[in-house]
Amino acid sequence: MRIVILGNGVAGITAARHIRKLSDHDILVISDETDYFFSRTALMYVYMGHLRPQDLKPYEDWFWAKNRIELLRTRITSVNFEQQTLLCADGRTVPYDRLVLATGSISNKFGWPGQELEGVQGLYHWQDLESMERYSQGLQRAVIVGGGLIGVEMAEMFHSRGIAVTFLVREPSFWSNVLPLEESALINRHLGEHGIDLRLATELREILPDAHGRCRAVVTSHGEEIPCGFVGLTVGVRPNVDFLRNTPLAIQTGILVDEYLQTNVPNVYAIGDCAQMRQPRPGRRAIEAVWYTARAMGETVAQTLCGQPKTYDPGIWFNSAKFFDIEYQTYGNVPAQLLPNQETLYWEHPNGRHSIRLNYDRHTGAIRGFNLLGVRYRHAVCEAWLRQEIPIETVLQHLGTANFDPEFSPQYEAELVALYRKKTGRSLILQQRRSGTAWQRLTRAFNS
Amino acid sequence: MQASSLSLATPAPVLTSSRQKAALTLGALGTLLLLVTWAAGRAIAPVPTLLLSFSLMAAGVGLFVREEYLRHPAGIRNHGVWFRSLSARGVWGWVLGVWITGFYVCLYWFPQYLQGLIALFEPLSQGLRARAADQWFVYGTLYTVAVLLLGIKFFFKYRHNTYQRVRTVSVVFFQGWFAWLLPALLVRLQQPELYFSYFWPLSYYQGTPMAYQGYLSSNLGLFYFFFGLAMFFLGTPVLTYFFGKRWYCSWVCGCGGLAETAGDPFRHLSDKSLRAWRIERWMIYSVLVLAVLMTALLWLNVATGRGVLQQFSEGFYRVYGFLIGAAFSGVVGVGFYPLLGSRVWCRFGCPMAAWLGLWQRKQSRFRITTNGGQCISCGNCSTYCEMGIDVRAYAQRGQDVVRASCVGCGICAAVCPRGVLRLENAQP
Repeated sequence: MRIVILGNGVAGITAARHIRKLSDHDILVISDETDYFFSRTALMYVYMGHLRPQDLKPYEDWFWAKNRIELLRTRITSVNFEQQTLLCADGRTVPYDRLVLATGSISNKFGWPGQELEGVQGLYHWQDLESMERYSQGLQRAVIVGGGLIGVEMAEMFHSRGIAVTFLVREPSFWSNVLPLEESALINRHLGEHGIDLRLATELREILPDAHGRCRAVVTSHGEEIPCGFVGLTVGVRPNVDFLRNTPLAIQTGILVDEYLQTNVPNVYAIGDCAQMRQPRPGRRAIEAVWYTARAMGETVAQTLCGQPKTYDPGIWFNSAKFFDIEYQTYGNVPAQLLPNQETLYWEHPNGRHSIRLNYDRHTGAIRGFNLLGVRYRHAVCEAWLRQEIPIETVLQHLGTANFDPEFSPQYEAELVALYRKKTGRSLILQQRRSGTAWQRLTRAFNS
Repeated sequence: MQASSLSLATPAPVLTSSRQKAALTLGALGTLLLLVTWAAGRAIAPVPTLLLSFSLMAAGVGLFVREEYLRHPAGIRNHGVWFRSLSARGVWGWVLGVWITGFYVCLYWFPQYLQGLIALFEPLSQGLRARAADQWFVYGTLYTVAVLLLGIKFFFKYRHNTYQRVRTVSVVFFQGWFAWLLPALLVRLQQPELYFSYFWPLSYYQGTPMAYQGYLSSNLGLFYFFFGLAMFFLGTPVLTYFFGKRWYCSWVCGCGGLAETAGDPFRHLSDKSLRAWRIERWMIYSVLVLAVLMTALLWLNVATGRGVLQQFSEGFYRVYGFLIGAAFSGVVGVGFYPLLGSRVWCRFGCPMAAWLGLWQRKQSRFRITTNGGQCISCGNCSTYCEMGIDVRAYAQRGQDVVRASCVGCGICAAVCPRGVLRLENAQP
């Protein structure tokens, strides 16, 4: 059987690798972007000089031939679902028995005047990085529009090259549609600490051109004109499916799939950013353009394709990011607005660089979610607690077992227990800190 | 990936402020004083010259730390590592590599060309050891100054990471006290010059009959001989069981100390390919076998009354000393820092590392654990692994890293942007 995978991102490549583990099927992966799989989430590190382009490749180049995963670099212009063939830009056709669509996303643009000018772009593809590099020549100031994860990455990229950044965020606080107020405020302050010109509650009105068709300034919703040689549009992404519209394939925002990741067309599947779940699980979105879900979908579809039909189980939500120097991890359900049946316990370090939030059920005390800034927690421990709905008091007493910070790092469990006592009047005894006492003493000595 | 498909059109500019340039200039001037003395072959006013040289270097490091690290919030600062000529095998990288290599060649085989430097260090040697300076005193002192000054730089670079701070204090202390000041004081007290932070077979002479003969004259010497043996047969298995080989390689060892401090700007240059790993495995264990064989032959020669084995065992010893002891560990091991990374010797050659590695691989609580599914395969961990371990290959599978070569420096965990890696002495 010949399985063709369209897209060599993490979804498509994970599918290919797992199909190979499970079967002897012919596997062909097609990409128009790069010859080899690379870590999209790490593009920023190439721009900043932390990594070379080749360091983004998680597998050495011999890996693909050795595992009999054929790679093809070409653009697919259309799919003939009746004849089960793909049409390449150079006129060739590629037949398939099973097709896995893993075409990823493209950056959103919301019809701003000037959005097609030179020097205006998002950051998603390898080619976006190349053009960012080009536009960085002699650049004095960049304006970034959209207060999300890619926006803050772009800000850090320019900042690392000493290029001034103005950051327009529509919301009253950074990423406040996802982060609760306190965490969001913490990041606002951190961006300021790095000298980022953060403009909250400010939208883009239009982008002004120079004589050569390149952007020269933006005008904000407050009417202010900000000169800049680059505009980063980082207002989210949408599924890269336009070339599949007007075919039998059912598409809404993304390609509609059932719980087996099957589309409405026989022998065709969709995974990753481009897939839209017809019936997402409770509390989950229909499209989740995240590295982790793409990887999980790739694993799932491989099982199904190899004769062990498996439904997609996204598991307990988790995610991570890094805002300049502050790492972010989240496990479970921590919405920006506290749910009415939930309580929250939020602790923040006086230095404003570390915070821990535990959400739990107001009535049963069951733990519901963790939000961590500048603190690392162990995924497996958090997930087990969430799955088993462990009561908050038990969680607090054993919080040390979740700690994943480097050895000798200060631990904050006692602070959370104290905070809980202040809030509820109930005294808890910490059962288990991460390490033995001698280690702890050394830790305290070095952190005092 | 072909160069055409994944390469950037233009090399990015490197951000260097005028103050950063001033810092580099100060450090370079301090070094230049040494270079001039080296080239001149004699020292004029050695005390002020040496003081001035070290002061300039210290001032350079201080200013650099302030400009590069303290002016910014604490965090990972690898900006431009792959753009800078010095750290990305550019012209300056080669210049530095050739220069250090030349120094090592003179040190081992042509000390007559180091007369200027030896004269420069003469007053210090007399004051400290009450003995004339030689090339080894020059070497040891420069080595210690490098570990100290660049250790300070490293300390502030990772000031947000307590593990890195503790570890750096440790390597600087062991180098400064056990590998520099204590041996010098022993010389002054008419005792044998002993380095308690090095053991056989890394310090290959220490296990030989010649060394034993030399130590016989003092109780301390005999203690040192048996202490070294105990560290090899007992200390290594026990300490490595509890802490991994890091208790030595990145906390105590002088070679490790230099790699972790002066070598830090070059750690990303280590080869991460599977091919390099294959070479590493046969090479490092071969050196261990050679070291054992060489020592055994020397003792066998003594036991058989210095008969038929006399010439062969001594010849073996000399060849080992030339190829492994000098050429590999010194010339290649440090001279090639800017070309092959900071741990070439530790990874491919050190017989002590091989021995520690065997225990770490087979019988140790130490491992690097990975945090569930949080890995984004970015490659920072693999890139900044000085031992060339493809950490990402483990992290993206959620698999613990248990590798003979891992020295437990903890930089993979430090540079990980998603909190995926943690060094642990796991419960058995």
